[in-house]
Amino acid sequence: MELLWRFLLGGAMVSSFALIGDVLRPKRFAGIFGGAPSVALATLALTAAKSGSAIAALEARSMILSSLGFVLYVYVAQKLLATARWSPLLVSLGGLTIWGLVAVMAGLLLRFAGT
Amino acid sequence: MIPALDFSGLKEARWWQFAVRFFLGGAVTVCTGLIAERFGPVVGGLFLSFPAIFPATATLIERHETEKKSKAGINGRARGRKAAALDAAGAIFGGWGMLCFGCAAWLALPRYSTGLALALAAILWLIVSASLWWGGRHWGG
Repeated sequence: MELLWRFLLGGAMVSSFALIGDVLRPKRFAGIFGGAPSVALATLALTAAKSGSAIAALEARSMILSSLGFVLYVYVAQKLLATARWSPLLVSLGGLTIWGLVAVMAGLLLRFAGT
Repeated sequence: MIPALDFSGLKEARWWQFAVRFFLGGAVTVCTGLIAERFGPVVGGLFLSFPAIFPATATLIERHETEKKSKAGINGRARGRKAAALDAAGAIFGGWGMLCFGCAAWLALPRYSTGLALALAAILWLIVSASLWWGGRHWGG
């Protein structure tokens, strides 16, 4: 049951932010909703309700580091889409490895820092 | 240009495009929860910045723009990629805002109620992202 709530809340959050981006102009402004903390809002709310605010705060702290991976990911995607002839699907899915690498490095950093 | 609402793009959208985004968002949130349960909040938290919106949105924007320009006899594919690049440029601002959201949530969650802490963090995300967009327009970023 908890997984169903998670699925519905996450789906609703992501869809809502994406929909706001769909109806906003100019496109560059609408693009900020591509970087909306939709998964974070749903997950932090559920974690705080289930395990407490202190645990949710720990998740938010990890998010700070992995957000750098998101910024690098969309930066590289923007450069490739503006200059190369690759499709957005290829660029946006292939680029996820950049986000993944930064997230792994952030995880290792937090582990070695003993937190 | 002042940000404004334009609902014309919704007419071109198909129901399954909304369904895909809903499913992706739900799936990522479920996976994040399962990872946090198995490996703890420090590892699970890394997935809170997972790009759940950008890949689907950039692909949809390219498809809409390509169809629209092709009908007008213009090279639709190149225009579609340029429109997706503009979306990505905006997502960079959103990403910096997301980083600030994380900082605010980290500091506010232990001090305030969950609703207030997340509302403050979300407002900060919007202020930072929109300010960077505004600054980029005025100072050529």
